[in-house]
Amino acid sequence: MQITVNGENKEFSTGTSLSELLKSFDFDERYVAVELNRKIVPRVQFSEKLLVENDTLEIVTFVGGG
Amino acid sequence: MTDTVLKLGKYEFKSRLFVGTGKYQTLDLMKEALEASGAEVITVAVRRANIGCKPGESLLDYIDKDKYTILPNTAGCYSADEAVRTAFLAREMGISDLIKLEVLGDKNTLLPDPVGTLEATETLVKEGFTVLVYTSDDPIIAKRLEDAGATSVMPAGAPIGSGQGILNPNNIRIILETLSVPIIVDAGVGTASDVTAAMELGCVGVLLNTGIAGAKDPVQMAKAMKLACESGRLAYLSGRIPKKLYANASSPLKDF
Repeated sequence: MQITVNGENKEFSTGTSLSELLKSFDFDERYVAVELNRKIVPRVQFSEKLLVENDTLEIVTFVGGG
Repeated sequence: MTDTVLKLGKYEFKSRLFVGTGKYQTLDLMKEALEASGAEVITVAVRRANIGCKPGESLLDYIDKDKYTILPNTAGCYSADEAVRTAFLAREMGISDLIKLEVLGDKNTLLPDPVGTLEATETLVKEGFTVLVYTSDDPIIAKRLEDAGATSVMPAGAPIGSGQGILNPNNIRIILETLSVPIIVDAGVGTASDVTAAMELGCVGVLLNTGIAGAKDPVQMAKAMKLACESGRLAYLSGRIPKKLYANASSPLKDF
């Protein structure tokens, strides 16, 4: 299935959880915040949240700034 | 004379210098500069995580969360909606409800959009954020932001990253007289004397990034900024002498 991750189209197998997707990019769950279709997903729901075709994810993290 | 702690909403700090984490050549250098600055509050930005390559070390690996309070910013947002969205994502990182709100109006000057800033302040205050809001040194909009519920109003001394210092101390002075929330000078600071000047005016703190990160020796400059902040604060609390037009001898003039 197609998932848009940070503006890029990516292919994932059906039934992939948000947790699994984050792991596939080597993201540390403690260091990211995630919007699924413009709605924030609380970190505690990462593993139970199953993605579906055409979902759009925005994954952000803290970077240096003033 | 002992100083009181700086209260920002439910948060209390001893250090009055707030420093950013941007523009450092290495994260090790940043870590060392943060330590030298004595800051307790450090700012970070929220950005899309890089999915193109394996993530390297995280900024957060270099920040001792027991030692520092992280203040996420909404830098790079050009509308109230964007800034509010960023603030929610920052809060979801689970660190705190503090937000340094920036709604910019223009890419060249990085001056704030006053209308968008006010709108976002109203929304974020309603949503329970502790809002520290970046603004220009205009006393009227500063007052409106206080009325909207900002915990601290943070006028720029000069444009972000410009290093020009406090361009209009009179406006900062009017803001200090008109508002009752803590005033922190945010942006424009180039060197130690700029920090001192802001503190001598009566600002409760100074927030800066480039002044330290861009210096040839950031660690040494961080220490200079720390001392400057303490020095300006002490001078403010001590009550300076009034400026006079004519001389007033320090040594006795009679009975030689």
